[in-house]
Amino acid sequence: MLLQALAFYVFAAIVVASGTMVVVSRNPVYSVLFLILAFFNAAALFVLIGAEFIAMILVIVYVGAVAVLFLFVVMMLDINIARLKEGFLDYLPIGAMIGAAMLAEILFGIGVWGSGTSDTVQAFNRAGIQPMAVENTRAIGQVLYTQYFYLFQTAGVVLLVAMIGAIVLTLRRRPGVRRQRASDQLYRTKEEAMTVVKVASREGV
Amino acid sequence: MVIGLGHYLTVAGVLFTLGILGIFLNRKNVIVILMCVELMLLAVNINLVAFSAYQGNIVGQIFAMLVLTVAAAEAAIGLAILVVYFRNRGTVEVEDINAMKG
Repeated sequence: MLLQALAFYVFAAIVVASGTMVVVSRNPVYSVLFLILAFFNAAALFVLIGAEFIAMILVIVYVGAVAVLFLFVVMMLDINIARLKEGFLDYLPIGAMIGAAMLAEILFGIGVWGSGTSDTVQAFNRAGIQPMAVENTRAIGQVLYTQYFYLFQTAGVVLLVAMIGAIVLTLRRRPGVRRQRASDQLYRTKEEAMTVVKVASREGV
Repeated sequence: MVIGLGHYLTVAGVLFTLGILGIFLNRKNVIVILMCVELMLLAVNINLVAFSAYQGNIVGQIFAMLVLTVAAAEAAIGLAILVVYFRNRGTVEVEDINAMKG
């Protein structure tokens, strides 16, 4: 139990620290790398809490796809780092004020909620992590493919729309580039493509 | 030394606030703003999964997966818009983006 608590505090501290570094780091490449660290440690938190499948999905989707996409874009675009950080200190006072106010409100809310006396809150406080009847992945599959099947398919449609949207947005036609036109090639007929020539012996064409 | 639901909610709250703070502070850099949105979605996911685990109800984890899907789609579209914008203007500063309104 103590080891679990220790692991939680270590992972939570690294998540928060790397989140801070994402915000304050000067170079966007470092921001992306700290974002990856935050995702890894959030996945570790999910493993601690017993949500192994979500943890693995987090590593695969966020680290494997989203963060690498960010890294590609950051490295492809030639960004002037010094200019991007110009306004950082101007916005620091008001930003810190609003952030502190929000954080205080959230923590206050959690504290008041945790000390509540209603039945549900007491049940949460007493219970700890509930053991599932079956293992995590099987439990997700049993609900996701039956009760929430339309939601699952809608998620697929969302991804399809995002994919098509990203391709359409970034596709660019440059004038003056000679490229292969498959339809024209396929629509060629025998008549326009070849001629039959009678070649006499020893004469050549 | 029992880790309760409140601990996870606190981590999620801190992460969410960091995301908002990042959007405030990095007013010029769209890429970091997109990363901060990802951080906020991660905080939402931690909330959903923590409640799901402490309640013994798997539905929260399914919603977390849907949030993950939307986050991935949002990152793809956002970065595509960013690339087009950079191609047109040669910068990623947010302050010029209102030029897009008609």
